[in-house]
Amino acid sequence: MTGAHLVQETRGIGPESFEAFLGTREEPEWLRQARQEAWQILRETPKPGPEDEAWRRTDIRALSIEDLATVIVGDGLTSPEGMLQIVERQDDLAGGLLLFDSQPALRWVDEQLGRRGLIFTDLLTAVREHRDQVAPYLGHVVQPADGFFAAMNAAFWRNGVFLYVPRDLEIQFPLRAVIGLQKVPTDFSRILIVVEPGADVTFIDERLADDGIGAAFHTGIVEICLKENARLTYIALQNWGRYMWNFTHERASVDRDSTLDWVVVGMGAGVTKTFLEVDLVGHGATAYMSGVFFFDGQQHADYDTEQDHIAPHTKSDLLYKVALKDRARSVWQGMIRAHPGAQKTDAYQANRNLILSPHARADSIPGLEIMANDLRCTHGATVGQINQEELFYLMSRGLSRAAATRLIVEGFFAPVLDRIPVPDIRRQADAIIHRKLGILAEGDFSS
Amino acid sequence: MEDALIIQDLHVRVEGKPVLRGVDLTVRKGEIHALMGPNGSGKTTLAYVLMGHPAYSVDQGEVLWKGQNILELPPDERAHLGLFLAFQYPVAVPGVTVANFLRAALNERRKRLNPEDKGIPIPEFRKLLREKLALLGLEDSFAARYVNDGFSGGEKKRLEILQMAVLQPEMAILDETDSGLDIDGVRTVAEGINRIFNPNMGILLITHYQRILNYIKPHFVHVMYNGRVVASGGPDLALELEEKGYEWLREQFVEQPTS
Repeated sequence: MTGAHLVQETRGIGPESFEAFLGTREEPEWLRQARQEAWQILRETPKPGPEDEAWRRTDIRALSIEDLATVIVGDGLTSPEGMLQIVERQDDLAGGLLLFDSQPALRWVDEQLGRRGLIFTDLLTAVREHRDQVAPYLGHVVQPADGFFAAMNAAFWRNGVFLYVPRDLEIQFPLRAVIGLQKVPTDFSRILIVVEPGADVTFIDERLADDGIGAAFHTGIVEICLKENARLTYIALQNWGRYMWNFTHERASVDRDSTLDWVVVGMGAGVTKTFLEVDLVGHGATAYMSGVFFFDGQQHADYDTEQDHIAPHTKSDLLYKVALKDRARSVWQGMIRAHPGAQKTDAYQANRNLILSPHARADSIPGLEIMANDLRCTHGATVGQINQEELFYLMSRGLSRAAATRLIVEGFFAPVLDRIPVPDIRRQADAIIHRKLGILAEGDFSS
Repeated sequence: MEDALIIQDLHVRVEGKPVLRGVDLTVRKGEIHALMGPNGSGKTTLAYVLMGHPAYSVDQGEVLWKGQNILELPPDERAHLGLFLAFQYPVAVPGVTVANFLRAALNERRKRLNPEDKGIPIPEFRKLLREKLALLGLEDSFAARYVNDGFSGGEKKRLEILQMAVLQPEMAILDETDSGLDIDGVRTVAEGINRIFNPNMGILLITHYQRILNYIKPHFVHVMYNGRVVASGGPDLALELEEKGYEWLREQFVEQPTS
């Protein structure tokens, strides 16, 4: 990293900052206009506070918006080998992309698939080269009016990932993107995924930063547009540094007879507030939302989920599993909404929390809003500790308390981790879980 | 005595209430002892105390094994000394497969014996597991199931014996391993136990019924009543009990007032 430095930096979201930001961009008029509109909404939207229902349990008063570096021009930044290796050309990937400190450091896509119309590139390149595939969707699934951080991202986003899968293309191997941070203390990235009718794809979205980056800031948007009879397996691994602020708005629109399998693995960041929503807009649409979360130290994570059944005969199934140790805190607020006319809705949500330390805390708040009458909606939420009988049973077979605890925590996560079809991600998640447990166990684990 | 489990004057309270009131019992390696008695006589409490369940507090007495009083040791250290408890009500551990659990237990033991140990090689473990599964008439797919999660009563008891077969303890306490099994189940489990039993191993077989003793021949039979071992004898004692029932004990050993 020698020689890397930031040559320009402007802070805050005021008019001068926004002008300065636009001045650094060479972008088409339609995008410039979208940014202007988003910025206007941002100006009219107050920073969320404890009086907002969605923010009651996540306090961000310590975050100073005026001090955020919204405009950054870097020079001589080079990405670490480790991040490059994850996405470099390999047989079991269909494409790779590394955005490092907002710069595309590596991007490739399988040539044959590329010739058949698959697009996998950074969002800025996509805006320039694939306007027809980008413009109709960008900012339409997640809109600036969705919230303060959605508006902020829509005004100030720097770069992101664009995945476009053309009609009927079924892709065997996953596409994998890493958004990595090291020197630049703020990240405004967004992901746009468009899957055309009949297509089938697996996408891996990894967010990486070392703890050493300190109190960095990320606000992200994920937009997913899944058309008729298509299938997307979306695996997100959030492994930001443990002092980072992390805010995202993520929404998938799932059309007729399509299936979304959305697995979220959340391990990093200091303070997280995430909105994850599926809109089941077409007859027969299905969404699975799975989550594995493990927080320790002082980490705070707040997940706000919505399963919106808009069309009839739609199905959604959410299972979020959370383990907490030390003084970590999690919040899950889940809403199943069956809109008028969404008959034959089949919706389920479950949130299971495992508390490993006396000062850790989990809030679990399920919710139903039912505006149709012929449907099935169920939910379950539990907060519990390690079962002492399980512990005794395992210890009676010679496992130390630490090893028994580890096995129980692994078992707790296993049903969700088993849904991850990519072995490498599964291994990474396991490794992070072991590391987090390792501190608890005073090095008593065998690996 | 290095090769005997010696229980001396053991007094145990559960939630303040005395349950064991001075148990004396010695089980040597190479011997099978049946411990019988009516419900509530303290048999399961004794089993849990021997394995170190944290909910039981010992007021008095000792349990000697391999030259030390094991009552102060946590359950895992007792296991590493060769003690094993087959649970009356085995506990479900969701998400943990039988194979992973057994491998973790084996590796933990190897590591205690030799801190440098890298764990049992996977092929070797697979072979061992397959062999032991066959011993108990279990399918290979059994190993991929989550421990006791959704198991029938019979499957749970078989898993207990499978664990015993893999871990090869020197002193096994089998707590009502026959309960909840149909007659075929009792026979299968008993045959498994008989094949595992060897001169370097002692068994304390806790049972309410005489039934399992048709398949496993004990060298000694003890009767527990009201927190004490009140009678000991040879295999004939079990038959006598079967004939007379536990009511007979109530007449013989009227509860003595606690001082």
